[in-house]
Amino acid sequence: MAAPNQSPRRSGETAVTLSARGLTKIYRTGEVEVQALRGVDLDLYESELVVLLGASGSGKSTLLNILGGLDQPSEGQVFFYDEELTGFGESRLTRYRRDHVGFVFQFYNLIPSLTALENVALVTEIAPAPIEPAEALELVDLGPRRDHFPAQLSGGEQQRVAIARAIAKQPEVLLCDEPTGALDSATGILVLEAIQRINRELGTTTALITHNVAIAGLADRVISFSDGRIGDVSVNTEKRAPADLAW
Amino acid sequence: MNALDRKLLRDLWRLRGQVLAVAFIVASGTGVLVMALTSLEALSETASAYYERYRFAEVFANAKRAPAPLARRIAAIPGVQAIETRISELAIVDVPGFEEPAMGQLVSVPERGQPTLNRLALRSGRWVAPGRDDEAMVSEPFAEAHGLTLGDSISIIMRGDKRDLRIVGTALSPEFVYAIAPGALMPDDKRYGIFWIGQTTMEAAFDLDGAFNDVTLSLLRGVDPNGVIDRLDQLLDRYGGIGAIARKNQVSNWFLANELESLRRNAAILPSVFLAVAAFLTNTVLARLIAIERGEIGVLKAFGYSNVQIGWHYAKMALAMAALGVAIGWALGAWLGVINTEMYASLYRFPLLYFRPGPAPFLIAAGVSLSVALLGALFAVRAAVALAPAEAMRPPSPPGFKKAEGPFGRLLAWLDQPTRIILRQVVRWPLRSGLTVTGIGMSVAVLIMAMQWVDSIDEMARVEFYERQQQDVTVALADPQRQDVTREFTGLPGVLAGESARYLSAVFKSGTREHRGSVEGVEPDARLNLVFDAGGRRIRVPPEGLVLSSKLAEKLAVETGDKVRLEVLEGRRPVLEVPVAEVFETYLGTPAYMDLSALNRLMREPRQVEQINLLVDEERQGELFAELKAMPSLSAVMLRQAARDKFYDTIGETMMVFVSFFIGFACVLAFGVVYNAARIALSERGRELATLRVLGFTRWEISYFLLGEVGLLALIALPVGCLLGYGLAWEVIKTLDSELFRVPFIIEPSTFGKAAVIALVAALVSGLVVRRRLDRLDLIAVLKTRE
Repeated sequence: MAAPNQSPRRSGETAVTLSARGLTKIYRTGEVEVQALRGVDLDLYESELVVLLGASGSGKSTLLNILGGLDQPSEGQVFFYDEELTGFGESRLTRYRRDHVGFVFQFYNLIPSLTALENVALVTEIAPAPIEPAEALELVDLGPRRDHFPAQLSGGEQQRVAIARAIAKQPEVLLCDEPTGALDSATGILVLEAIQRINRELGTTTALITHNVAIAGLADRVISFSDGRIGDVSVNTEKRAPADLAW
Repeated sequence: MNALDRKLLRDLWRLRGQVLAVAFIVASGTGVLVMALTSLEALSETASAYYERYRFAEVFANAKRAPAPLARRIAAIPGVQAIETRISELAIVDVPGFEEPAMGQLVSVPERGQPTLNRLALRSGRWVAPGRDDEAMVSEPFAEAHGLTLGDSISIIMRGDKRDLRIVGTALSPEFVYAIAPGALMPDDKRYGIFWIGQTTMEAAFDLDGAFNDVTLSLLRGVDPNGVIDRLDQLLDRYGGIGAIARKNQVSNWFLANELESLRRNAAILPSVFLAVAAFLTNTVLARLIAIERGEIGVLKAFGYSNVQIGWHYAKMALAMAALGVAIGWALGAWLGVINTEMYASLYRFPLLYFRPGPAPFLIAAGVSLSVALLGALFAVRAAVALAPAEAMRPPSPPGFKKAEGPFGRLLAWLDQPTRIILRQVVRWPLRSGLTVTGIGMSVAVLIMAMQWVDSIDEMARVEFYERQQQDVTVALADPQRQDVTREFTGLPGVLAGESARYLSAVFKSGTREHRGSVEGVEPDARLNLVFDAGGRRIRVPPEGLVLSSKLAEKLAVETGDKVRLEVLEGRRPVLEVPVAEVFETYLGTPAYMDLSALNRLMREPRQVEQINLLVDEERQGELFAELKAMPSLSAVMLRQAARDKFYDTIGETMMVFVSFFIGFACVLAFGVVYNAARIALSERGRELATLRVLGFTRWEISYFLLGEVGLLALIALPVGCLLGYGLAWEVIKTLDSELFRVPFIIEPSTFGKAAVIALVAALVSGLVVRRRLDRLDLIAVLKTRE
């Protein structure tokens, strides 16, 4: 196999936030065995924005879940800086997610009984060095909607609250799983702008999963996934603004 | 089996935890109902068969000495069907090997064969032989309590003569189903027995040749006993009659009827509590299921299933849960019914026991339980039926919340987010929260109701045995004697002090109201037999006037200062106008007190006494008992210690069984309500909880989100439950108000505490059972799916 598993480095020597080596993942459900990852090596560098591109079932979400400490690989190792996540037990993984990782989901997953501001505060209350919830909402341009409940917000607004909630703890890593999957393109662009702005202004290492090729344009690097393997890695020499994207 | 039914079975299996929670609560309700109904049926059937077969009389009267020919005139009273005259006396019984003097109710029986009325059920041995004056039949419980067998001898002091009587038979009588000694709180088979002795022996022993002192009547069908009683009283008046009573006031029957009545009430009150909660749980389970299956319902409707088919599908779910409960409840109820009936049968002695429950209790219980479940399902099913197919296939809009204003908003403002979530959930679904609070509260209430009994009984015993009675021994004289006799007793070994009292049978009248009872003459500075108000206030009997118990005052509609007409039924039978000096509260009977000297003055008699209360040195009790057993003039000896022990023993046996049943039921209730609430919360908020886990909250932190709500509701339920328990206990107690006794409505603070702790523990265990599911929460799946 001559698949270019090793990621080409970006210009300049930057620290690696997350690195994965030889990841495989096999799911067994009943008698069916599904191999979701078939040996993945990957490094995420500090402050970069990576888009993981692939069709559904390509294994990209599995990788993201393992990187985010939600799942354990069947084989292989994951390092967060120099700590090996794959050696962590349940409670240390929880701690890792709590202190270092921000998640954005396709379906927002906001708490319906909390306002926008309170949804953000939910996380800042347990984080070691958070920014103010209101400030986080300002970063996604939702300051004026802070006292609205999820049911009173549009999908795009809800997703931006989810982004504010994810970054308010000032995580080292921001993991976004199909953040625009449930949104129309205009709204999706607003959400991507928010993600890009966070990445730019806070320097948060960001990995974004999508099956939408158009989104790849805003990444520093684009990693293509297929059949549980990394297929192709490309560096965008010229990043595009979300507003210039179209799908 | 069609596809929908298969779905039903799988749903039931998938939701088995909640199905069982509902089923167990239905089972509790059904079980209590079946228990009460089968015991009730068994006891009523047994009692009426017993009464009928053994010709239990309908009117009862005593006299001092009535000539035998009077019987013919009594029999001639219109409405009288049959008459039985006899001799009935209390006497001291000396059982070999039993240190204390026991009390015997001696009843004469015809020399040959059964009496016309109140026939005996001979349990062993034979009838007393005609002409033999040394034979007796004894009540079976007394024989059992002492291990007496046929051929054993006991001694009875009959009018001063100590007679040795051989036991030739053991028997039971419909008159003594509940064999309680005069003045006692509980039956004590060791210290009170019934002795049936041949007529001639009794006549000779009590000097009642050609006379009787006790008469019982049966009546023609449909005759009002009151008319007969009036006529009988007139006839017995000059022979020392102290008032006839109807069967319903006959002591043994009264207790039995009262017990049946309280069973009947239990059959109504407690199952209602359980079934109401079951209805609510059925509703929440179904409502949640319908919410989850919204999409499926839409699809089914789109495929052409009718509203009726879909409604029936979910109604069947409710019925299946309830039917499972009914099945468990039937088994539970049948088992409890046997235990309960047997427990009653040890207190209420029958020669036969019909426990052959018919289908009625089971069908009634099933009918009630299933209807209640259907009722609970109704609202949820209506929602399923009302869903339009297109709308049903779209996901529901997220629940809306509003920002709270006012004090609640200010409260929320300084709470952390998890607590805010909990409070908003509670407020967002007030009805559901309210019902959960009520459900857990009901569990607390049932606990309070059950345990409160112990408090009430304790209070009764405390007032009776520790406040009112300071004496160790009370002796009753067969006939009133001069007061000097007291000195005879104070001179007995071991006696530290003695105090005399007298009972005067009388009719109390005020306007058209009247009461047959007695006035107790007490020594003004009594230190042994005290008059105590239920509130704990010592009442000093004034030199003049009557001190009436409030129940009696209420019956006569008099208060302090009013005058009561006393028609004395003894001595010169004077009719007196006596003012009411004071009214006091008491739990037992309808006593009336008067200063002993004043009483004797009114009677224009030298000071007479018929009861002496003794303070005894415990060390020398044995010597005293030996002396008392040999004294000729006593009709009864009562021991405070024995009465107290017996009281607590009986309570210990019956009450504790009853209380533990209900603790069990209450725990099922609390467990079921909390389990259901937590499972519903988990089902509704599983996604939220998984999200929180992803965001870095630990398992225990999200447990707070899950269980905080039901925990908060449980805490709110405690005071609510205490209030409900107060009401429930009051509801049960107030119906026990009777002339014989009033159960004090006392709930010790510790009872509230214990009830709260038990309910909380049940709730906590339940919550923890559900919490374990959080460990299996699928964090990844939740991120991928839209609810």
